[in-house]
Amino acid sequence: MTLGLLQGGSSYGMLYLYVGIFMLLIAGFVATVLVLARLISPSSSSKAKAQTYETGESTVTDPWRPFPVRYYVFALLFLIFDVEAAFLYPWAVVYGDLGLYGFVEMVIFVSILSVGLAYAWKKGALKWV
Amino acid sequence: MQTVLNLLEAEPIRLFVSFGAVLFLVLNLAAILTMAERKASAYIHLRYGPNRVGPRGLLQPAADVVKLFTKENVMPGRSDMWVFLGAPIAMFIPAALVWMVIPFSPDAVVANLNVGILFFVAITSIGALGVVMAGYGSRSTFSLLGALRGAAQIISYEVPLILSLLGVIMLTGSLSLVEVVNAQGSTFWTWYFLPQLPMFLTFYIAGLAEVKRVPFDLPEGESEIVGGFMVEYSGMTWALIQAAEFASMGLMSAINVTLFLGGWQPPLPFLDFGPFNWVWFGLKTALIMFTFQWIRWSLPRLRMDQLMDLGWKVLVPMTLVWLFVTAGAMLVIPGN
Repeated sequence: MTLGLLQGGSSYGMLYLYVGIFMLLIAGFVATVLVLARLISPSSSSKAKAQTYETGESTVTDPWRPFPVRYYVFALLFLIFDVEAAFLYPWAVVYGDLGLYGFVEMVIFVSILSVGLAYAWKKGALKWV
Repeated sequence: MQTVLNLLEAEPIRLFVSFGAVLFLVLNLAAILTMAERKASAYIHLRYGPNRVGPRGLLQPAADVVKLFTKENVMPGRSDMWVFLGAPIAMFIPAALVWMVIPFSPDAVVANLNVGILFFVAITSIGALGVVMAGYGSRSTFSLLGALRGAAQIISYEVPLILSLLGVIMLTGSLSLVEVVNAQGSTFWTWYFLPQLPMFLTFYIAGLAEVKRVPFDLPEGESEIVGGFMVEYSGMTWALIQAAEFASMGLMSAINVTLFLGGWQPPLPFLDFGPFNWVWFGLKTALIMFTFQWIRWSLPRLRMDQLMDLGWKVLVPMTLVWLFVTAGAMLVIPGN
């Protein structure tokens, strides 16, 4: 009964093609639903309806303007740790075969990054104001 | 019979069968979870919950879909139309696509990618893009605040989420989810949640934050920014965003189960049902989903600074410490 979902003898590149087609199909499905809903549902526009929702007040500000730099600091931190993870993943896959050598390598690598985290912490970069 | 099998083996058929199956699963999961959410909240509040449509209110999701289909989609006049309408698509893709790499029972997986875990991490982060698109495209102050909070929260919790998977990868020696499940064995004490308990808790909490559930629902924050990034959505666009949220909650439960709770593996060897082991997968996933809902109706929302402190000052150091512990233990205890 699960035969339709069985993993066939697909080649390496075939699987990624599969994933790509899947992504397009899902996007297509959602877009179709949106179009269908547009066709079925009523639509009438008026000036009041087109206003931005601001709890009943008339809108005075445009939100497309600079926002706090606080978000940028966290994005930067995220970038550093994401790259760290990108290096740790291949290491973790082969760790079973690396033994002590791999362990020491990882200790050095993670220690350097931990110093970075500790520095950011001490400097107050992790503090949300 | 043989010709039918050959037909199913043929790639285009398999593609559409599996696409239909995944889509069926995701949409039904979203519908069932909305219902379960309302019923669970009702019973936790000592109410009955929806009980008018169908027997015990079970047809409520169907009525909701019909209602939302026939509702007008009001779009704010000054919004960026394509970004606004693209957001539901960008949020739906990660919720549906990752189901491809999850093994449901011993042989049932749509695409056994050898980088399954990496695929999961990469695709779920598209969700942050969807939130930002929704907030920016609406061009509303509430939406933008919600989107910024959402982006900050999702990328902050992405770090412990990614790091907490390292223990599992080290123990398995592979990134494929099929391999991860196979390596956990069919006894519940060999599943990874025991040797990797701090990593499991980190992953669970970070997963909760990734899918924006209470206590991490600051991007929505209905009592302060009235719905956050989805305040301007209505009708079917809103329904799709909700469906994506619920489907990604189900997905996060399934990933929790696959990585730490043995996937389809039965808890004891004599409970092995062969190809019907998807029952175990379903039961365990349902259990994790229920804990998600339980938490939602029991805990208050965190403050933004508490959220960031928990992520960066508790979860990230904890994963790094347990990374050392796991690596050291694997070195000392051979044949692990």
